[in-house]
Amino acid sequence: MTTFLQATIAGLSLASIYALLALGFVIIYKAMQVVSFAHPAVMLFGAYMVSWFAVDLGMGFILSVVLGAVAAASLGWLSERVTIRPMIGKPLFAIAILTIGLDIVIRTPINNLIGLDIRTVGSPWGFNAWNINGVTVPYRSVAMIATALVITVLLFLFFRYTRVGLAMRATAIDQEVALAQGINVGRIFSLAWMMAGAMAAVAGMFAASDLAGLSQSTYIVGIKALPAIVVGGLDSINGAVIGALVIGLIEAYTATYQSSYAPWLGGNFSQVVPYVVLLAVLLIRPYGLFGSPEIERV
Amino acid sequence: MLELANVEVVYHDVILVLRGVSFKVPDGQIVALLGANGAGKTTVLRAISGLLDVHNGDITKGEITLDGDAIHKSSAASIVGRGVTQVLEGRRVFGEFTVEENLRVGAHTAKGDMSGQMDRVYELFPILAERRKSTAGYLSGGEQQMLAMGRAMMSNPRYLILDEPSLGLAPILVQKIRDLIVDINKQGTSILLVEQNATMALSIAQHGYIMETGKIVMDKPAAELMKDEDVQEFYLGLHAGGEERKSFRDVKHYKRRKRWLS
Repeated sequence: MTTFLQATIAGLSLASIYALLALGFVIIYKAMQVVSFAHPAVMLFGAYMVSWFAVDLGMGFILSVVLGAVAAASLGWLSERVTIRPMIGKPLFAIAILTIGLDIVIRTPINNLIGLDIRTVGSPWGFNAWNINGVTVPYRSVAMIATALVITVLLFLFFRYTRVGLAMRATAIDQEVALAQGINVGRIFSLAWMMAGAMAAVAGMFAASDLAGLSQSTYIVGIKALPAIVVGGLDSINGAVIGALVIGLIEAYTATYQSSYAPWLGGNFSQVVPYVVLLAVLLIRPYGLFGSPEIERV
Repeated sequence: MLELANVEVVYHDVILVLRGVSFKVPDGQIVALLGANGAGKTTVLRAISGLLDVHNGDITKGEITLDGDAIHKSSAASIVGRGVTQVLEGRRVFGEFTVEENLRVGAHTAKGDMSGQMDRVYELFPILAERRKSTAGYLSGGEQQMLAMGRAMMSNPRYLILDEPSLGLAPILVQKIRDLIVDINKQGTSILLVEQNATMALSIAQHGYIMETGKIVMDKPAAELMKDEDVQEFYLGLHAGGEERKSFRDVKHYKRRKRWLS
């Protein structure tokens, strides 16, 4: 039981990172029907900026996170404005490929800045943990789960009750009608990329706050959010959160139990498991658990 | 006054769709724009509301003015902000939103409190008040048309542009929509009405324009258009001479000869 609870806490922590990233993917996808493959790079940039503000400039941690999020939001805004906006109306496939190029353009200088050393993000909780009946609850996990929860709830309220949130949802359903109601669709695109960027920075900071620290391979975390959005459905906000939970928990349980119950799968199989789930979902429900099925009429 | 002067529209840089269209919607009036499929009526409306971009179209000549100010270079959002709102063809309500959410989206440009405007819309369309919590996609066709019109009214427009509001509705609902258009007009909103149902449109309009292949080919006060022989024949479905036609083919050839401009 202790092992199980321990694995659950690890899984929820992972899920909070994936959820913050997946929400960004989904918000961009809903706004412009494009999966931004540059999203993991924006996350890496955000994490690096937090590290730079907190460690190199010695600013307070909270302030560094806020500034890092602002920096990543600005990068998101700039990328959309400069590279994606002129492509509107072009085939979506071309835009998706363009985001791969964008990923390389963002990631190369950041990788050079990170270099080969492992950086820290200056998180204040270190490796402290509570011990509750033999279950170790790291401060870091609590901070991650709480932050992800708060951001998700705020997003939910934003989309449900605010004028701009409603306009974003309207734009996702029918752009032309949204325009006809006087919604500035271009501004909605900018906002989507900025929100996604800010959340990616927080996710990247959390991912880099564990033992492994911030290195070039922190990028992999961003890639692992892809199975989460595919499981949840590309166009569902709720799906993004649930997909993240599914992937995070399965990954953590695999990491805990696989070595004793299925050692023949080899070491570190938990790193592969998200993609196994991805494959299974694609075979059974290609539009995800909560996504809208694509209707093709001939 | 909303006025188009010699507007030319080209799609995809090559397809000339409007070839110098001019007309005006004076304050307080209902103006009908009639014409066959493909005449360019919807393109005219897109040009006014700034929605040509979505379809890769451009205004290459002429200008559209609102009280003397050119608006043909403005964004769709600022045109709505200046009081010109369009109800697109085919209703296009946000199907997964509730009725109330649809209306709230319509009030996007109206910053601040929208409850007064919402009450006004519910007064015009009492059925929407009853259904305010229902999902818009499950409303009937007539209710969806009313919702689309109500949503446009949320921005409190001075000019309401309606693209085929009677499309696909039962005759009794066409009557209902017709009465609503008159009510909206009486409350001070000028209306530009594009219709296939010419009888309905001309029965409430003060002035009518007829379009063919990207041009206005005739314009007269609505009452005169109703009496015009050619209009009766082509748009109102009445025979001029009363003689029987032999076959549809004859009608087609005859129609082709009788185009006002070709």
